[in-house]
Order: sequence, then structure tokens, then C-alpha cells
Amino acid sequence: MKRALIPLVIFLVMAGFLFRGLYLDPREVPSPLVGKPTPQFSLPRLDDAKKVFSPKEMLGKVWLLNAWASWCPACKDEHPLLVELSKTGFVPLVGLDYKDTNQDAQQWLDQAGNPYIANAVDADGRVGIDYGVYGVPETYVIDKSGVIAYKQIGPVTYESLRDKIIPLVKRLQAQ
Amino acid sequence: MSLNLLLRLIVTFLLLQSVNIYAQEAQPLETNATVEVQVQRLSEELRCLVCQNQTLADSHAELAQDLKQEIREMATKGMTDQAIIDYLVARYGDFVRYRPPLNTVTAMLWLGPFTLLLAGGVGLFVMLRRRQKMTLDAPLNEDEVRQVRELLNK
Repeated sequence: MKRALIPLVIFLVMAGFLFRGLYLDPREVPSPLVGKPTPQFSLPRLDDAKKVFSPKEMLGKVWLLNAWASWCPACKDEHPLLVELSKTGFVPLVGLDYKDTNQDAQQWLDQAGNPYIANAVDADGRVGIDYGVYGVPETYVIDKSGVIAYKQIGPVTYESLRDKIIPLVKRLQAQ
Repeated sequence: MSLNLLLRLIVTFLLLQSVNIYAQEAQPLETNATVEVQVQRLSEELRCLVCQNQTLADSHAELAQDLKQEIREMATKGMTDQAIIDYLVARYGDFVRYRPPLNTVTAMLWLGPFTLLLAGGVGLFVMLRRRQKMTLDAPLNEDEVRQVRELLNK
């Protein structure tokens, strides 16, 4: 009688694995950069190409780095949320304008609102590679000492803000 | 020489000029063959993260092109395969490698199939042994022995 249960047990174990697999997103590749200092860069700003932006400027603050592009539909999905977030003044948001043209990017921000305190222009995507960007949008939560605390792959959603990003930023701000 | 003939000659000459305007093979962007071999070798080992079941070599995604260019530049600087792979793993994680390294996270991936094979082998062995015993444990009675003898002596 016991022996008859063996196939059932094997089936249940396999079913368990497969069921779990249903809820895993293969596109979410865990970033090895979490827990490491932000890769340094110095890029021209979107609003004024003569000025540069560098992550060093943000030391001492908890901030978000959002890789986006005007050609990216998912970025447009998350944009209203970012605009709302920026209105609260809760956390500074910096944009990394990834492989975009300045004209298109500026036009999009003029039209949809600009949630960013600054935008670094990564025209050739080099800085994107340093940050392990493989599909925009991606958002990094960076702590006061310039260490990446979390990476959100894909658009920021209401749920991800409420459950993950905002509590994390609060915790980091209290440090 | 008549004017007509001269004109003909000129026209013929001009037409022949077009023969000299030939198409050239598209020049490859890269010139260093050893670098190219290295880029090719590495891009077959590395995964394109946009289209995850393709290698960088197979993929035409923009990110794959960028990464290949990045690898080409590193190769030109004389970096070794390992150094270049480390550079990409530091940014994209082990997933970027088509052959993941053996570590605690990937242990099940590497050892799982062998464990299953071993378990199956042991199971099969045990089952066969049991069957063997079952046949041994069924000796013939006298009647049957006699029947077998008769059959064999026929």
C-alpha cells in the first residue's frame, strides 16, 4: 500500500515545482549590483547639455534612478505614477535617459510632465551597460552612501511602490 | 578621322569607364582577426538578456549589438576571455553566461539530474534484486520436477 504512494509523492513534488514556476518571471534576472556601490558616471544633463550629472551629487540622500526612454511604451505606463511620486517630494528621482534623442525625450517630458530632478543623457547606452540595464524601464533605489539597495525591473507599479519601494526608502532615510 | 568616328570613340571610351566603377564587398567594421575570433567565441558563450534563449552571437537585439561592441573594445585592449566574462557577470549576473558556474544557487541545476539518475539506478537495482529472490523462492515440487525431466528426455 505504501509503495503505491511513491508515484503520487513524485507527482506532487513535480507539480509543486511547476506551480511555483507559473509565478516566476524569467525576465526578472536578479541584479548582482544590489548591495554594491553605484557605478560612477558623468553624463550631460537633458535640460542643459553643458551641465553634467554624476551620482556623487546625490551622496547623503536616498534617491531613485530610473532608466527610461521616450521610445519605450512601458515607461509611458509608469510615468504618471512617477509624476505623482515626484509631487509628494518624498524621494528625489533622477532619470537615466537611455539611448534616446534629446529632442524626443524633452518633447515627452513637456507633454507628460517631468518627475525628474535631473536627467542624465546616456545616448549610447554605455552607462546602461554598467548598471546592467537590459530593458527599460528599470529603477534603482540608492541609499545615502551611494549603495544600490534594490532594483525594480520593468515598470514601477502602484503595488511595487506601496509594498516595496516606499517602505524601503523610508527605512533607508531613517538610517 | 571623321568627326563621327571621333564621337563614337569618345562615347565608347566613356561607356568603358563604367566598367571601372565596381561594387566592393562591404568592409567589416573590425580589422583585427584575432580580436574577431575572440568576440565570436565569447558571444557564443554569453546570453542576450533581451531574448533570453539566444546567445549574443545569434541575437540582433540592440543590447546584444551594444554588448558585442563592448566586448570587441575590451578584446582590442587585450583583455582575456575570463576578464571579459567577469566584467559582464558583475553587471548582469551569472545568468548572462550560457554555462552557469557551479555554486550554491546553481547546485540543484547541476547536480539534480545526476541525483535523479542515481536514485533511478538504485531503485531499479533494488527492484531487480527483489524479483530475483522471488523466482528463487519458488522451488519446483516433485511432480513438476518429473514433468520437466520427461520433457527434456523426449
